[in-house]
Formats: sequence, C-alpha cells, structure tokens
Amino acid sequence: MSDITSQSLFELTSNIKEKKLSSEEITKAFINRAEKSKKLNVYVTDNFEKAIDQSKKFDSNPNLDFKLPGIPIAVKDLFCTNGVRTTAGSKILNNFVPTYESTVTQNLWSQGAILLGKLNCDEFAMGSSNETSFFGNVQNPVGENLVPGGSSGGSSAAVAANLTPVTIGTDTGGSIRQPASFTGTVGLKPTYGSCSRYGIVAFASSLDQAGPMTKNVRDCSILLEVISSFDQKDSTSIDYKRNSYSKELSKDIKGKKIGIPKEYRVDNMPDEIEQLWKNGISYAKDCGAEIIDISLPHTNYALPTYYIVAPAEASSNLARYDGVKYGFRSPGQNLIEMYEKTRSEGFGDEVKRRIMIGTYVLSSGYYDAYYLKAQKVRQLIKKDFDDAFSKVDAILTPSTPSSAFKIGEKTNDPVSMYLNDIFTVPINLAGLPGISIPAGKDKNNYPLGLQVIGKPFDEQNILNISYALEDKINFKNDISDWWLSE
Amino acid sequence: MSKNSEYLVERENKQYEVIIGLEVHAQVTSESKLFSQSSTKFGAEPNTQVSLVDAAFPGMLPVINEFCIEQAIKTGIGLKAKINKKSVFDRKNYFYADLPQGYQISQYKYPIVGEGKVILDMPNGQKEIGIERLHLEQDAGKSIHDIDPNNTLVDLNRSGVALMEIVSKPDLRSPDEVNVYIKKLRSIMRYLGTCDGNMQEGSLRADVNVSVRLKGETELGTRCEIKNVNSIKFMQMAIISEANRQIDLLEEGKEIDQETRLFDTKRNETRSMRSKEDAHDYRYFPDPDLLPLEISQELIEKIKSDIPELPDEKKKRFIDKFNLSPYEATILVSDIETSNFFEEVIKNSDVKLATNWITGELFAVLNEKNLEISQSPVSAKNLSKLINLIKDGTISGKIAKTVFEQMIDGDQDPLIIVKEKGLKQESDPKAIEELINKVIENNSDKVAEYKSGKDKLFGFFVGQAMKESKGKGNPQLINKILKEKLNG
Repeated sequence: MSDITSQSLFELTSNIKEKKLSSEEITKAFINRAEKSKKLNVYVTDNFEKAIDQSKKFDSNPNLDFKLPGIPIAVKDLFCTNGVRTTAGSKILNNFVPTYESTVTQNLWSQGAILLGKLNCDEFAMGSSNETSFFGNVQNPVGENLVPGGSSGGSSAAVAANLTPVTIGTDTGGSIRQPASFTGTVGLKPTYGSCSRYGIVAFASSLDQAGPMTKNVRDCSILLEVISSFDQKDSTSIDYKRNSYSKELSKDIKGKKIGIPKEYRVDNMPDEIEQLWKNGISYAKDCGAEIIDISLPHTNYALPTYYIVAPAEASSNLARYDGVKYGFRSPGQNLIEMYEKTRSEGFGDEVKRRIMIGTYVLSSGYYDAYYLKAQKVRQLIKKDFDDAFSKVDAILTPSTPSSAFKIGEKTNDPVSMYLNDIFTVPINLAGLPGISIPAGKDKNNYPLGLQVIGKPFDEQNILNISYALEDKINFKNDISDWWLSE
Repeated sequence: MSKNSEYLVERENKQYEVIIGLEVHAQVTSESKLFSQSSTKFGAEPNTQVSLVDAAFPGMLPVINEFCIEQAIKTGIGLKAKINKKSVFDRKNYFYADLPQGYQISQYKYPIVGEGKVILDMPNGQKEIGIERLHLEQDAGKSIHDIDPNNTLVDLNRSGVALMEIVSKPDLRSPDEVNVYIKKLRSIMRYLGTCDGNMQEGSLRADVNVSVRLKGETELGTRCEIKNVNSIKFMQMAIISEANRQIDLLEEGKEIDQETRLFDTKRNETRSMRSKEDAHDYRYFPDPDLLPLEISQELIEKIKSDIPELPDEKKKRFIDKFNLSPYEATILVSDIETSNFFEEVIKNSDVKLATNWITGELFAVLNEKNLEISQSPVSAKNLSKLINLIKDGTISGKIAKTVFEQMIDGDQDPLIIVKEKGLKQESDPKAIEELINKVIENNSDKVAEYKSGKDKLFGFFVGQAMKESKGKGNPQLINKILKEKLNG
C-alpha cells in the first residue's frame, strides 16, 4: 500500500471499507503531514483535535455505506462551518465563528466526512493567486515562490501537496479551475444552481458555485455526487435529477462531438498552451470523439463583462461587513466614522478596489452604460454557448493562458492578473459546468490544464470526456516535497 | 374652505391649490417575515425575533414567503389594480446601523402591482384617487437613541418584516381627502385581512408629497416629500404647514427646492432632512439571490375567488337592499367590524331602527369609552332584542334609551331589564283612555283654552298623559286617543 496521504479518495474509501485503514490512521497521517507543511501556509484554521476525536468516533461504529466514510477533508475558508472560525481570508471576519453550517459542507459530513480545517483563499475569493488573503500567500507545492492560483489557492495547494484527499472550493470566475490548472489537479465548477450557496460567504451571487477539487476525475465525480443537492434555503438552487456521477463514469466517449472555439486562440498565447490544446484535440480524436470548429463570437467581451457584474454584486454583498453585528470593528466617534475605519482597516486593497468598481458601475448615471449593458452582453455570451451546444456535446479549451507565475509578479498589475481568468469567466457568465484537468507541462515543468465545458446539468458528460482524456494524457505531477520540515 | 368645498389657500387675491400624493407603507398581515421564518409579532423583547437571515450573517440567503406575495396580490385586487405576472426584487443599497444587509430588498422597476384606484366618499360626492403602484419590501430594524447616553441601540425585530408600499398618484387636494383616503385604504386592507392598519404599532405609515400651484395652473409645482408620518392628524398638520411654507416662499418670489423633509410634531412645522443634491444614490439593481417573481393566472384567479365583499360593493348592497341613505351606508361599511355588527343585528330586527341605534346610541357610547366596535359593551344579539322590543311596541324609544344605558353594564339582556324593572309599555287602549280621562278632568281650564283654538296645548296634554303613565304609555296610542277626546 502506498503512503496514505498520496492515495486518492477512491483508494482511501476502499481501504476503509475493506478495513485496511482506519479513519484515525488516515486522519492522523494528514495531520502529521500538515504539521510539517506549514511553509505552504494552506491552513487558516485547523480542526485537528476535533478531527481526531471524530475519526475515533467513526472507527468505533463505522458506517461503511457512507460515500465518504471517515474521510478527513479540509475545505476552503469561504464555507461557514458550525463552531469553526470562518474568515473568507479577510481581517474583517478574523474573529467570526458561525453557528450554522453551509449546505455543501453539511452534505460532506452527512456522508461521513470529517473536517480537517479551513483552507486559505483570496480575500472574499477575490484574486487569482491567493495573494490577497489577510492570512498571507500560499506556496504552490509545484515550485517554491510560485502562486497556487486563486482564489481557491489553499485548496489547490492542499490537494497537490497531499494535505487533504480532496477539497471543495468555490468558483466565481475561475477560482476552482485556474488553481487546479496551476497545481496539476482536477477542479470542477458545476452548473449554476447545482450546489447550494447557503452558508457560503457570498462574493458575486449570480456567479458563485461550489465545486470539487481532487487529484483525479473519478474522485471529482464522487465528490460532486455528494455536494450537489437541491436546497430550498437557496432560491437559485435548481431542482433536477442529479446523476450518480461516479457510478455512471465512463471512458466511452465515442461519437461525442467536441467543439473547438476559435476565439480562444488569444494574442500572445504561449506556444506551449497552443501545443497543449492540440494534444488535447488529438487525444479526444483517439478516443473516438468528433472535433468540430465552432465560434463563440462574444468571447472578447466576457472579461470586461465579468469585471462589471462581479464587482457590482460584491459591492452590495459586502455591505453587511460594517462592524455593527459581528466581525472586526474599529471604533469611531460616530456611526460614519466607525464604518469608515472598520471597512478601511478590515478590507484589503483588492476587495476595496472591487467594491469601488462595483459601486461606480451601479451609480445613478452609470448604471445603464455599465451594469445594464454588461447584463445584455452576458445574455449574448450565454446565447453563443446555446448556439454552440446545438452543434456539439462539449467544448474543449485551455484552462488558463499561462502556467503558475511567481509570487509578487502580478500584484501591482491588476489587469494582467484579471487576464488569467480569460478562459474561465465566460463559463460562469453562462452558468455552465466546466472542469479543468491537468494535461501537460510548460518548459519550466509547471502544470497546464485543459478545460472541458458542458451543457447545463451535463456534468456527467464532461466528467466522462475528462476521464477518457485523463487516461490518454497520463499526467504525473512531480512534486518534490521541497517544503517539508521535520 | 371656499364654496363647493374646494380646498384652497388664500393669499391677497390669490388662491393656491395644494397637490398631495401619498406613499403608504402598510405592514403585511403575516405570521412570518418577507424572506425569513421569524415571527412578526408586535411588542416582543428586543432582538428576540431575529433569524440569521434578518441579521445578515455571512452566506445567509433570502427565501420568499409566498403568503406575503398572496397578500400583496389580494391587496392589488382590492385596489382594482393590475397584477403584474412578472416582478423583480431589487436591492436598495445604503448604510445604516439598523439595516443589517446594507441594502433593503424592495421592488423598483417592476412592482408586483400596477395601476389601480380608490374611491373616496366626500361630502360633495365621490372622488377617484389613482394608485400608481404597490410593491413589496422589507422593513428595517429600529435604532434606539434614548436609552444609553453614549450608544445607539439596535432592535432587529422589525428587520425583514414585509411591507407593501402603496403609491398614490398626485390626485389628493386637501387634508380632508387625505383623511378619507387613508381611512378607505385601511378599510379595504382590513376587509381583505392584508394589513391591520394599526397606526400606533406602526403598521401603517406614510411619506407625504406636497406641492402647491395657483388655482387654474395645470403644471405641477416642485414637490417636497415629508418622510414617515405615522398618524392621520400629523399628516394633515404636516400638509397644511408645508403648503403654507411653500406658498410663503412663492409669495416672496423664491423658488421651492425639491427635498426630503421631516415633520416636527411639537413645533408643527416641517424641516429639511436632505436636499436633492444630497439625495442617496441607492444603486438599485436586481437582487441576484432571488429569481424574478412569476405569478400564474391560476393563482390570481384563486385569490380573486377568495376576495370578500369590499366596502364599495357592500355600500351599494346596503343602499339597494336595505334602502339606506348613501351617508348611512358609508358609515356602516367604513369598517368591516361595524358592517358585520350591523348585519348581525338586522338578521332578526328592523333595518331602519338598527341603523339609527348603531350610528346613534352605540357609536356615542363607543366614542365616549374610546372602544372599537369589536369591544362593544352591547352585543349584536342583545341590541337586536332591544330593537324588537321597540318595534313590537313593548317599550317606547324613550324607555329603550333607559334600558340601553343599563345594557351597557355587562351586556345585559333587555328582555330581563324590562321585565325586572316593569318598564313594559302600556299599550292597552282602555288603560290609556282611563288615564287620558283623568288628565282631561284635572285640566278642564286647559281643555277650554285648547278648544278655543290654542292648538299648541296638545303637547302639554301628551306630556301630562305620559307623566300619568310613569313614562310607560305607548306614545302613538296616547296621541291617537288624545286627539279623539279633544277634537271629538
């Protein structure tokens, strides 16, 4: 048996079911590794003591019918967890301990999983490198001083570094798929309405979706099966028949029509990304899929549209962090002064930048030119996909326009940082499911990902295509454990 | 007021018309809040009716209370208004300590109810007031500034309570019309059970828009909005004070600034709260946590079929069926409890007498004791018994008043009172004749005067006969027999 922490979720689950490993052994193995991995800075808050107690409790009376029997899992610190501090990577929630549980995490615990701790992320999920977190940078296990992507950077790093078997992140414009791509892991953003937003600290409500981040496609299908559910506590949750994704997982994608959108060949795209894409196409052909050139004409407008819609919603969603009811407060002589001091000191620069952008685009006199126009463009982007999906079953693109960059490289250039999301934001705007799978490496040996985009509620199809491609690609993340301390 | 009851403010040969529009905030009658399951009960300990959603905890999401939607539709139907099959909840963004989300969920561009109307019964006839729209929104919490000298305290019990904002067209022209409009609106909502209209508990408040113009002018003047006035009396005072302030400005050749004002009830004047330049930019946008609200025709039809008879229809029925005057009918239907009481009384008794007794004696007692009709000390059942005693001649109207006074004390049965006190009316013609003979005998001089033409003395004989009967003589019978005796 290989080292516990390097096992996949599927392997760990099998080992528990076959009584080859106990929940306590597994939990302790991950905690032990975490203790030696502080340099990566993936944890904001750990739950190690309680996790060990819970693993013992599980072992004393194991329910092996669970889909995640006694499996320890760390989650992004954007999910509210009952009794465990939830910060959203922000000073303003530094002392916030929820008395309630998000639906998505509750779904994990209801299937036997155990909370290992809360993973670092960009402040309020605003960022593409995990550098906006109040709790500091996260190191990408792929290489020292490399960003793990963002905003689910703690999550991607934790999976890649074998600090959690799987995790869940959230994706508003690429925050699951981009960090997955940067760390050689798998990340899926489900259809909008698939996973409940109840209890997830909101960034941009019409775009936010939780999703699985895993080592491989099969684990991804297991985790999606657990977390996706209809929830009456979220009015945007959709009641539809969800598949048994892991049971129906298949590599047979013969005859599937896969679209290649010409607009994703952006200027200055590195040759290696172009090459990666070509390889993906040929693997798909090898699997018997049919490749079809398609057009998504409004792709160019997706990024500017996103950077109007998301900040607009964020500016309103973050108004509740005012020092009145919970979280950080900086006292003032009067209410206005208290607000100003609390929010100036409590929020970081990137969050403030987006609040200002959002406030501006919603302001009287600018609303029509920005927010309303952006909503119209959003409809056009959505229609592009509708049209494309009348011809194809799925779309294949690169996940990101580059591999992981150095910490600090883009912090002073927000626009170049935003460009990282160019291939992922259109999918959020259209509410579609998208998955990033590791597909190759660049000249520095850093991972690169391919993205498979599906029709609404067609997660099974993109999982199957990814499963087939994963087999052909046979990606091996070579991570040297350079950060480990004794 | 000038003739034909038009309300005009006079200034040196000039007459100004006052133009008023109201934005009424009516609390929806509902057990739970608009987007959460917390209770809406009035008067609870501060912050005991607050859910995680009401207090805007991270990750909490609003879920629409369908009952409140139905209540709004019902009210819309009662206002003869268009129900919009698609409406949208928007966020109205502003910071305040008692607004936990940092925004109020309201409806801006697409309200649930569109144009409608309310008919006012004014002394000089009916007047139609246009309704611009009705939309649903959340109430905020309450900031309390006068408990702690150094801090403002916040009570979130009201946070998230459903309100209907009912916006009238600028069709109102006088404080009197405002009075009648508010009462009519309240009456309609109470008939429907959609708002209890309790102004003391803040269930009904209004923002009052006032502008003035010279009589005959057709353009509207610049308006000022007086925020959050919570009684009809204060609304009327605020309108008069604000209209005069605006007219004074115009008379001095100055301009009126469009602004939001507050009414200071102690000084009876409005003062500026914020100018148009300082107006909040609320940055309205559709709430992404809520899908657009879609209402099916089936639901509208279902609600329509449950709509009770409303004041206007009831009034028409009372006039047509019971032959009441429009004035009487208006009074009886103005409040659903009153009309129910009336209909209960007339089930078994005379309509005309019932009308007079309810609008006369009973209302006087209620007024005096400051009671609602639902708290009436005399039940409908006993009042109808009393009326029947009058109708069948058992007691006279005058005796009935004595009996009524006693009935008030613990809703006593008039039959028992009449029996115990021996108040039964004397209606035996022989007995009456006897006592009349006695009166005639004792007053032969007056009889002679009467016969010589002093007709006015007839009343004297009636009085004497009544006195002789100890007030119990049947007045009609006394009249009749007296006439026969004296004129015969």
